[in-house]
Amino acid sequence: MAFPFSAIVGQDEMKRALLISAVDPRIGGVMVFGDRGTGKSTAARALSALLPPMLAIAGCRYNCAPEEADRCPDQCGSRKTAKVPVPFVDLPLGATEDRVLGALDLERALGRGEKAFEPGLLARAHRGYLYIDEINLLEDHLVDLLLDVAASGENLVEREGLSVRHPARFVLIGSGNPEEGELRPQLLDRFGLSVEVKTPQDIEQRIEIMRRCDAQERDAAAFAADWADADAKIVKRIARGKKALPTVGMPDSTLQDAASLCIAVGADGLRGELTLMRAARAYAALEGAKSAERKHLRAIAPMALRHRLRRDVLDETGSTARIDRALTELFG
Amino acid sequence: MTDTLMAARLLAAAPARLGGIWLRGAGPEREAALALLMAAFEGRAVRRVPVHIDEERLCGGLDVAASLAAGHRIEQTGLLQEAAGGLLVVPMAERMSALVAGRIAQAMDAGAGFALALIDDGGEDEGAPVSLTERVAFWCEGVGALVSANAPLAPFPSVPSPSTPPVGVAQDKLQPLAEVEGPSPTSANTSVDMLGTNEGGDFAPSLASLSLALGVDSARALLFAQTATRLHAEWHARDPGEEDLAFAARTILGPRATRIPQQADDQPAPPPEPENEPPPGDAESEQDHHDPDALDDLVLAAALASIPKDVLARIGEGRGARRASGAGGAGRKRASQLRGRPLGARPGLPRGGARLALIDTLRAAVPWQEIRRQQEAQDAPKRLRIRKGDLRIRRFEERAEALTIFAVDASGSSALARLAEAKGAVELMLAQSYVKRAQVALIAFRGTAAELLLPPTRSLTRAKKVLGELPGGGGTPLALGLAAASELAETQAARGRTPFVALLTDGKGNIDKHGQPGRAQAGEDALAAARRFAASGTQGVVIDISARPQPEAAAIAAAMRARYLALPRADARGVEQAVSALQFGKAS
Repeated sequence: MAFPFSAIVGQDEMKRALLISAVDPRIGGVMVFGDRGTGKSTAARALSALLPPMLAIAGCRYNCAPEEADRCPDQCGSRKTAKVPVPFVDLPLGATEDRVLGALDLERALGRGEKAFEPGLLARAHRGYLYIDEINLLEDHLVDLLLDVAASGENLVEREGLSVRHPARFVLIGSGNPEEGELRPQLLDRFGLSVEVKTPQDIEQRIEIMRRCDAQERDAAAFAADWADADAKIVKRIARGKKALPTVGMPDSTLQDAASLCIAVGADGLRGELTLMRAARAYAALEGAKSAERKHLRAIAPMALRHRLRRDVLDETGSTARIDRALTELFG
Repeated sequence: MTDTLMAARLLAAAPARLGGIWLRGAGPEREAALALLMAAFEGRAVRRVPVHIDEERLCGGLDVAASLAAGHRIEQTGLLQEAAGGLLVVPMAERMSALVAGRIAQAMDAGAGFALALIDDGGEDEGAPVSLTERVAFWCEGVGALVSANAPLAPFPSVPSPSTPPVGVAQDKLQPLAEVEGPSPTSANTSVDMLGTNEGGDFAPSLASLSLALGVDSARALLFAQTATRLHAEWHARDPGEEDLAFAARTILGPRATRIPQQADDQPAPPPEPENEPPPGDAESEQDHHDPDALDDLVLAAALASIPKDVLARIGEGRGARRASGAGGAGRKRASQLRGRPLGARPGLPRGGARLALIDTLRAAVPWQEIRRQQEAQDAPKRLRIRKGDLRIRRFEERAEALTIFAVDASGSSALARLAEAKGAVELMLAQSYVKRAQVALIAFRGTAAELLLPPTRSLTRAKKVLGELPGGGGTPLALGLAAASELAETQAARGRTPFVALLTDGKGNIDKHGQPGRAQAGEDALAAARRFAASGTQGVVIDISARPQPEAAAIAAAMRARYLALPRADARGVEQAVSALQFGKAS
């Protein structure tokens, strides 16, 4: 049983980033930096468990939504739909390309001489979450491939004589500890948001962590019931945010703020501005605001830009500090 | 009973909640703990994981050979499923690959419910994978001798508790704590008492402040400590008190410490604030209500005593716990069946990560189709007949990862400014390391010793931390520095990396290989070390960093059969460019 999302102590920035990605999955994945045991995977799991079940074609191996069934490579025969939980796929460190992308179904190829496709983890994660612990230890080519699919929303397999195309839209959540090897800057740039998590350095919060985990271990059902109301509120907020997202305004002043911020901190490329814009809009929708204002931009600027700054190895200042400095200089 | 044995016993009682035990070092205590675990887990699944287990056996999946023979799909169960609810023993855990460790960690996170016993024979440099040690509660030394001969090796259930309350309290309430049928009803009963009377939160502030003081960041460790404290108290049929806290501190929090609490003799580290005290409404909690400061003192002392010596030494040098390293383990290197430049296919079974080369398999099978069809019955289905021997797998050629070892003269004769440039060069190389698939290591020699300050890593974050406090001054033990560099180069070459040594010195050694001062002896020793370096065949460069280049450094370079570069006014960028040009210019 997953830990209730609202019962997670502290880690506000991570929770905010996850909620924003739930409101607008197009923002791109969330990269979580932090030590082990800081609740990264707990939060991701909790979020996917929190989301209400989604409608999908019954028995479809690709989790197809009813309206996209005609694109399904399996030619979903029936139009019968079923409620399935939002998938949460935990990608193992040693996963091979075959397992991730999908591959020729060996059994059918060898046994019956049929050329059939066996969907991989990407198909399973469609419309849900793909969580990769220690993404910095994953093979580079696999990370490339994942980010590519995450960006295009489609998995195209051209190998072993197969040509398969299926939708694969998921929120990629990567986690890793930069002390154990870093991610290539090109890869980092393709994550929408990034957050840094630390175990709370405050006794009060630590005690609260112990209390809540203890309560959950004693009686998971009762614990879940205690937090059901708070969780339901979050579900409602996400649903409202999703609905409001297309109507949230994006005034020119906010766009100008975003552009000047990117110039001030020296973020490479245009992804910075675009993510700032999308994340500010999603955050405004989440907060129930009519348009994305400077305060929304401020709240999400660190997580949208932190991983995009060109690093000067001889400069000791951390990215977060540089963004904070720029924010204070620009907006007071 | 020793802590290690106690830990094993508690683990048997609550395998899923405590995760496991990490036993370091061989000794009678380890054997005893293992024997105890084996006995306690009798009747439940006990599996051993060989270090080089393949993925199919570990996680289950299609059994290719059997499926082909049978003509239909045959699955094999993985070891991880088989071990559910039981015990998974990992011998030689220090040699385990990151891939296998990752799979096990994932299974544990998904609630596989087994206890993990990591048997670690590694020394100071090697250790079990961090992803697993993080997920086991107890970190125990197995070297201790069994002092108390009267410690019975009988498993948990058969040892009677001091007081044995009658059996038969609401079983359903036991479930969350007792978890499996294994633990004795006696201990479970006391837990029920506790569940009813004690919110269990009164020792939480002590654990929280202790973990903060020791710099244990992981919330997992904190929760393990909480569980262990309670189970330890249950075992002794009492409410959790300072002895139980001390046990958790010794076996869980202390070994994970990354800093030594800043405290005077009578000043406990961050004392819990008054409002952190448990709500005083509980009558029971009043009776074992200790003075929080006194309690924490005692527990803190227990934790401090349990910090391993090498960790203590490193903390003293401001380098954090040994396990913060993680990089450079044996497991990082991957089999090259997955990536790189494709080579031809070769016969073999597609398992253990190797991929089937379909076209080549078919090509191998085609010539035999007619004969095979004749061998089968008339009504055999029309299909391609592929035998096990036809299977081909893909192979790739992978370029060995490069490793640049900086051996830096940090002595007084090399001005401190030089040191800063060496540091800058290391950082610049690291910034490039991802692109070049290269790692960087740093050895500094000064005074009477050479020290590996930065084990091979690709992490800039980690390097910055270490290099920030690189000290300088003292004599020049050139021979020792060279020996350390060759040793590192050789061990790394054995792990499949291609080392390149950049020696930054003025060549004027004045400390010999035994750490004794004396210019003549030191010079001879340095030349001898340089010749040994040449014999190992490692590539290298000597960068003369003295303001006025001297013949000594050139002589060392000649003996090392390495290039010699005089860079009297080089800055960090210059050093980095020179090393890169020599190392990678040649390689490509």
